[in-house]
Amino acid sequence: MTMLTAQNLSAALGSRPVLHDISLSLSPGHLAALVGPNGAGKTTLLRALAGLIPSTGAIHVGGEPLSSLSLRERAKRFGYLPQGHMVHWPLPARDIVALGRYPHGATDPARLSPKDAEAVLRAMQAVDVMEFAERRVTELSGGERSRVALARVLAVEAPVILADEPTASLDPRHQIDVMRGLRAAAEAGVLVIVVTHDLGLAARFADTVLVLSEGRLVSQGEPAEALSEQVMAQVFRISAFRAEYQREAVIVPWADI
Amino acid sequence: MSGQDIRLAAELAARRRFGATAALIALVALLAVISLGIGPIRLSPLTVVEALFGGGSDVSQVIVREIRLPRTILALSIGAILGLSGAALQGLLRNPLASPSLFGAPQSAAFGAVLVISLGLADVRSYALPVAAIIAAFGSVFALLTIAGRNAGLLILILAGLAISSLAGAATALVMNLSSNPFVVLEIAFWLLGSLEDRSFQHVMLALPFIVAGAIILFSQRSAFRALTLGEETAQSLGVDVGRLRLLVILGVALGVGGAVAVTGTIGFIGLVAPHLMRPLIGHDPARLLVPSALTGSALLLAADIAVRIIPSTSDIKVGVLTSIIGVPFFLYLIMRERRALSGGVA
Repeated sequence: MTMLTAQNLSAALGSRPVLHDISLSLSPGHLAALVGPNGAGKTTLLRALAGLIPSTGAIHVGGEPLSSLSLRERAKRFGYLPQGHMVHWPLPARDIVALGRYPHGATDPARLSPKDAEAVLRAMQAVDVMEFAERRVTELSGGERSRVALARVLAVEAPVILADEPTASLDPRHQIDVMRGLRAAAEAGVLVIVVTHDLGLAARFADTVLVLSEGRLVSQGEPAEALSEQVMAQVFRISAFRAEYQREAVIVPWADI
Repeated sequence: MSGQDIRLAAELAARRRFGATAALIALVALLAVISLGIGPIRLSPLTVVEALFGGGSDVSQVIVREIRLPRTILALSIGAILGLSGAALQGLLRNPLASPSLFGAPQSAAFGAVLVISLGLADVRSYALPVAAIIAAFGSVFALLTIAGRNAGLLILILAGLAISSLAGAATALVMNLSSNPFVVLEIAFWLLGSLEDRSFQHVMLALPFIVAGAIILFSQRSAFRALTLGEETAQSLGVDVGRLRLLVILGVALGVGGAVAVTGTIGFIGLVAPHLMRPLIGHDPARLLVPSALTGSALLLAADIAVRIIPSTSDIKVGVLTSIIGVPFFLYLIMRERRALSGGVA
């Protein structure tokens, strides 16, 4: 069974082609890490998959062609977590998380239906942000804010979560927290795609690693095999320390080559 | 904290907002009654209310219902649409310094109206005037948002707004410059200052339909503003059609501001000030700020229009002059507060 497929997906930013002929097929209950050097097109791929930017080729989500879905139907299928966890107004964390119910028609955080309220509560409990539910997000620390952002995405209860560098600028503890949260979502049946620069986190938490280089998907598979020595050398131009610890793959970028 | 507590806290916040809104409505009603009572003949609030509902003497009925009511209706509705437009623009752009007057919308609307008057295309009481003002206002806000692009910072918006309002001002000056009739020029010059004096029900009919249409459009988009708190891309991922939203906001602001300017000239800064006064009471949720900002706009313009009638002076003070005199220092204060964001830091 597949949740999300792309066939010959290409996309451009303005007149510059960024993605070339990408085909992939991912199943539910999976955590896929999307890695690649800066400028490889990772964020663009994430946006194209969610239908946020125009692309050519075919994307199917849950068996339905993305192009046949309205904006709102797309919104119910993809929980999209952008880089930076931008919040422009100092709203209470609870209201931010409740925005995850927007695609379901719950546009007012003060008037949630019992079903929406439960979804918000579940999401907040899953990443442990209940204690600052009433605090303004702008007053939270970076780690706390990233958890609120994650709760917001979880509250959508979408079958696919697309997270763009959710661990960037977080301390190690919070990086693990966030990856655990996403991992738990995957285990609950969600297809999670995470863009990350941290190959160690990718190797440790992902079921599948997708390696993007210059807009092409050059390698995919289980972490140790997708991030083979050859791929590391060709795509990232580094060598890595490799090991296994507690039956998980360990990859530590080591030296440039 | 449990789910119960969260619901309780949400309910408390809702009750506080409701209280504040009710108090605002009472304030606007009070100011409206005072506004109806003030003029060459002062009437007590009781007489005003009596006359309004068909009681009291014939004289007071004529004064209240025919002479002063149009002015009060205009102050009320124009203040409201300016406050609402400011709150909507701030919501759309996620930016506390957004407002129609800083973006040159009223100035452009005024140019549209002045052009129509001076070309002799229409007399001052035809619908050509608001239509020209609306088109010019639409053009200016559209140009501004196009220049600013998708994720414009404060600085770009303010600079582009400055450029557009300067251009509109220069174009207006040019029209006056080229006009051969000095009386028309003088009349335009005074009209540009912004005033609610001697307005009739004809003026109300000229402006009100556009103002109401603009207000409905802006208010209908309220929940999208809330989703925009997370940025345009995330809002889009939540199902908000951001491109359409932008167009609707531009249209709503243009209809409201264009309609207003066509009958009163330029009245600035109410759109900037109103949402700021409400944030400490209502919170920062851009959807919840719309109605309170509209009420505050009404209260501000009613109060300013009362003030110009009771401040002793040899000639009439125009209400637009007064709102700018008060609004600009407030703008400076906001710039000071937003200094960090303006100098390129994180907003």
